Amino acid sequence: MNTNKLSDRASSAEQHILSRIDSRIASFFSSCVHCGMCAEACHFYKETGDPKYTPIYKLEPMRKIWKHHHTFWGKLFGTLGWSTLPDEQMLEDWQELVYDSCTLCSRCSLVCPVGNDIAYMVRQQREGFSAAGFAPEGLKGASERSIELGSPMGVTATTLLATIKHQEKECGIPIPVDQQGSDYLVLLSSLEIVGFPEYIGAIARIFKQADISWTISTKGFEATNSGIQIGNSEIAREIVERVVNAAESLGVKAVISPECGHAYTSIRWDAPNLLGRELPFKVIHILELLHELQSQGKLKTVGTFDTPLTYHDPCSIARKGGVIKEPRDLLNQVSSDFREMTPTGEMNWCCGGGGGVSAIDEAEELRFKAFHRKSEQVNKLGVKVLVTACANCRNTIEEGLENYEMDVEVVGLTELIAGQLESAG
Amino acid sequence: MIEFIEGPLWTFSLVVFCVGVIWRLFSIVRAGIKTDRAPVKNSGAASGFKSIFSHSIPRRETMKASPLVIIAGYMFHIGLLILLFWAAPHIRFFEEELLGFGWTPAPYWLFMLAAALALTGSIMLIIRRLVDPVLQKISTADDYTGALITFMVMLTGCLALQESWAGLRAFHMLWVEILMVYFPFSRLMHAFTFAFSRAYSGAMFGRRGVGA
Repeated sequence: MNTNKLSDRASSAEQHILSRIDSRIASFFSSCVHCGMCAEACHFYKETGDPKYTPIYKLEPMRKIWKHHHTFWGKLFGTLGWSTLPDEQMLEDWQELVYDSCTLCSRCSLVCPVGNDIAYMVRQQREGFSAAGFAPEGLKGASERSIELGSPMGVTATTLLATIKHQEKECGIPIPVDQQGSDYLVLLSSLEIVGFPEYIGAIARIFKQADISWTISTKGFEATNSGIQIGNSEIAREIVERVVNAAESLGVKAVISPECGHAYTSIRWDAPNLLGRELPFKVIHILELLHELQSQGKLKTVGTFDTPLTYHDPCSIARKGGVIKEPRDLLNQVSSDFREMTPTGEMNWCCGGGGGVSAIDEAEELRFKAFHRKSEQVNKLGVKVLVTACANCRNTIEEGLENYEMDVEVVGLTELIAGQLESAG
Repeated sequence: MIEFIEGPLWTFSLVVFCVGVIWRLFSIVRAGIKTDRAPVKNSGAASGFKSIFSHSIPRRETMKASPLVIIAGYMFHIGLLILLFWAAPHIRFFEEELLGFGWTPAPYWLFMLAAALALTGSIMLIIRRLVDPVLQKISTADDYTGALITFMVMLTGCLALQESWAGLRAFHMLWVEILMVYFPFSRLMHAFTFAFSRAYSGAMFGRRGVGA
């Protein structure tokens, strides 16, 4: 892994990664004492026991680039021609560590004794990997479809309208589309449109009861963002711009992020930074809105759901978004037997499908291995229902449960609440 | 030789240490940081500042997951801090050579306890680095060098405690000087940069309404 003559691809990775090394990352690498505690926080390491899955080890390419450009020894060795910048072979070897075995769940970031935000570093390192073409085909395809068709799963406005029509029939409530001057713009993930369309009917029922003015836009409905997952800020910006443009042209007061983890990261935290300006509307997660309605007494439910259930915190919503109390308050209103997993909340274990991992075919076996952690947590509680608030977690968990032959039903929190509404049905 | 170690070499080491540390910290700040434009849930500055201190206490899950390294880490760091700032000869040195004022030293028993904690903790961490497969995978020469130099500083410090022979004191001083010259070019810098990394992350998590 030597040398000053890097190939174009390796050099492109180097330049992109170097451009992402800010004060944060410079301080993180300076502080890391290689204590290895991050390994204990990573479900990929814990379930495989393979040291290569130690979170900080996944950052070796970026560390080498930092060392070369930001340290005395790196500069000295570089001048002497003993450079150890990552070459193509190293990038190829590390692709699995950077993508397949990291869900950007940030658990390691909270555990690190010197406070290194390792997930942030992996996210920034992905910029170099994707620019140089060292990214999984599944994520490349999802990004291309997002740019060309408007959604990573190829869901178009026509599919959306057909789903909406079907849901209108199911719940008997008209679903507003492209309605100018609505208060709220509801975003969706394509996984919801295709796999869990009941979510749309659920919010229609809840919003009708709470008398909320809302709409869905055919021009900006997709909340997920493959650009964030693959690590390409240009793609991420283009995707998020559609939603922002749609919200601005409809003149809404707020945009509601759906039951999807990274969509919340994308629109709530990343959008203003990707676009370089503050947004003229509020961004709120559906659980935050439901919680607001609950505190205002506008979420009227009858009876409780008596089957024992647990709640899986989607990492991007809880650990990376601070939405932890809200789902618990909501669950306690509609459930008589809500059991917490251990650990939970901000220290929850990831389902194994975040950060784009669920879109990587070749990562499936590893993802199932990592899911073992979650399956054990659920087994210990003896529950038959698992509630969550992310379509991607939901899908990953359903597949994981099937893989471990567990008979547990997975439900979205919004749907669970809609099922208990006073005016249900 | 003793005069050289306690004279010019000391001055040289002190200059390298101070200039090096300042240069490293400056280079971190110079890398820059973009303003976060997303509306915050909590103040980033307050959360970041709090995190510098609060992050010293591990979460219950972390304690359960890595008890040995946390206990050894506490032993080593607390012991080292007591030795560095409250050992009587050090306070005398600070007063006479550097600051012009001193403070009450730790009693002898506390000094002995601190030395035992620091040396045992240090040995535990070095052994762990040698035998743990994760540590073997991620450790670099710098990790071993830094640990070894720090260990030698502590060991020679204990040997020089009685101040029975000036040679021992100079030997301790020599290791201190090696450490000071090596410090800015190594991971030992974490003694200063941990405040930066904790603050940066604490601010980011804090803005999002999460306690880091």
